[in-house]
Amino acid sequence: MSQVAEIAVDVQNAVKRYGDFTALKSISLGVYHNEFFTLLGPSGCGKTTLLRMIAGFEDVTEGAIFLFGTEIDALPPNKRPVNTVFQNYALFPHMTVLENASFGLEMLGKSRAEAKARAGEMLELVQLSQFASRKPAQLSGGQQQRVALARALAPSPKVLLLDEPLSALDLKLRKAMQIELKHIQRETGITFIFVTHDQEEALTMSDRIAVMSAGELQQLGAPREIYEHPQNRFVADFIGETNLIEVTISEVADGRAKCRIGGGHVIECDAPGQASGSACLSVRPERMVLSAGNASGIAVPARVVENIFVGTDIATWLKVDGGPEISVRISNSARSTIFEPGANVFVNFEAGAARLLMD
Amino acid sequence: MKPATNVRAYRGFFGITLLCLFILYAPLVVVTVYSFNDSRSITVWEGMSLRWYADVFVGPESGKFKEAAFNSFTIALVAATVATAIAVTSATAIVRAGRFRLRMPSLGLITLPIMVPEIVLAVATLIFFNSIGISRGYLTILIAHIAFCIPFAYLPVQARMQGLEDTFEQAAMDLYATRFQAFRRVLLPLMIPGIISGFLLAFIVSLDDFIITNFVKGAGVETLPTAIFGSVKQGIKPNIMAISTMLLGVSVIMVAISYFAAKWDNTK
Repeated sequence: MSQVAEIAVDVQNAVKRYGDFTALKSISLGVYHNEFFTLLGPSGCGKTTLLRMIAGFEDVTEGAIFLFGTEIDALPPNKRPVNTVFQNYALFPHMTVLENASFGLEMLGKSRAEAKARAGEMLELVQLSQFASRKPAQLSGGQQQRVALARALAPSPKVLLLDEPLSALDLKLRKAMQIELKHIQRETGITFIFVTHDQEEALTMSDRIAVMSAGELQQLGAPREIYEHPQNRFVADFIGETNLIEVTISEVADGRAKCRIGGGHVIECDAPGQASGSACLSVRPERMVLSAGNASGIAVPARVVENIFVGTDIATWLKVDGGPEISVRISNSARSTIFEPGANVFVNFEAGAARLLMD
Repeated sequence: MKPATNVRAYRGFFGITLLCLFILYAPLVVVTVYSFNDSRSITVWEGMSLRWYADVFVGPESGKFKEAAFNSFTIALVAATVATAIAVTSATAIVRAGRFRLRMPSLGLITLPIMVPEIVLAVATLIFFNSIGISRGYLTILIAHIAFCIPFAYLPVQARMQGLEDTFEQAAMDLYATRFQAFRRVLLPLMIPGIISGFLLAFIVSLDDFIITNFVKGAGVETLPTAIFGSVKQGIKPNIMAISTMLLGVSVIMVAISYFAAKWDNTK
């Protein structure tokens, strides 16, 4: 992008306290226009609270929230041009699918005919036109989810908020909906803010992800950046699978650190600014390979403990001499060598595959 | 599923069950059966007849009973309607408005009249009317009935409201409805089963009330229960049994509707 993208939602030092409990500790983040933005974190991390603050269901204790430059945190939900897809959908059970989808437009003062026409278009977008006159209870979970989406999109919100909308669906349907949501987001050009605890879902769908934990923003970045360059132990551990190896830094020179693994093996890798003392090395299982002889690059001696078959891969668990247990992913193909439990091998990885994390 | 305890295995289970059923229902059965008795006697069966039902409508006491029935039903209708409206607004505040000071005391005050002995309420209401100088009559009965019907209307409404997730109103407000529109368009329609149930319960309680009514009614104004009581004081005639049976029928029908309304889930 050559020009600076417009910021749709700007959260500035937002704090949320419930009595003595602080749910959000001063969060600041900007969501770009047309972006698929995900708030990711374990339950209780404050992601839903932040979403509800943007929607207007929770007061902002301190700080401010701007929507396209206008401060909105004092407005009631019905005065904010954002719509929400609720986790349990919250479809109005006494109204038909079409009445649900046209509700927002009617409340905005559009004529009934105009509202119904627009709602009809939205139902077409989510492929539910033939169910327009049904009641929500007559639809399957996946269909209800689409109605909720159509209902929230119909008033053309400036930002669409989605609160774990896929969590009630089974795996296959969830995967299909992930792709469909992504398509709809591109097609409509509406900014999506999506809340999930599922890191895989976040990686699949998002343009950018904000990883949250214990009311704090841990890292904000594109999926790949977060996966490849986690900034701390929480992010490395929460996103994907990783091996977290405790190390002691013995020497830092020219941005490189010498790290001693438990018993004594020393490896060298890129060091962050303030590297010293004890730290943690994160290496993804798929970035490591096993070899029988002493290969070039980093090679850590270890003994195979167990092989676990996981379909496309085989996960080999190893005990590093004088160190922790780690896992290595070996592709399940004819060319891969599988070492039997008890075998002494070397774990090889490039220095670039290891991330040294100070906290 | 196998029940944890098989109560039938307890000794005397059937005996006690039958005894309880007998004590509860034998009087009702006797009254119902003897209301069809073709005799002036209330104890000797002389064959099937509807003469006492006819007597209620055209007999010498029919004028008194018709007037009492009119009073009873109009009072019950108005009292139940007003009490239900108050119950809906109270439940909205207590269940929906989040936490506020005096929330629990409000809940207590609304439901307390159910637990207060009725005679105490009756005396208190009478003293209240006397002290503010309202002369006793139709109006005092109506006001008293509205007051003691509120908790009966309130409880089913509250139960229903608690069963509704507040995300429905949040979704409505998220879709640009004002608080009032969210209430009117979403919450109220979903409340209907609870409202019907509360209304019918209040109606029945008002229709059946004797103690409070008797205290606050004043001379010359009767409701069905006070009229029946007045009649019985001069000896029980079978026409009383016919009226009682009809009242019983109305009560059973309304309680049944109330029960099914409370179970009706219009969110599905």
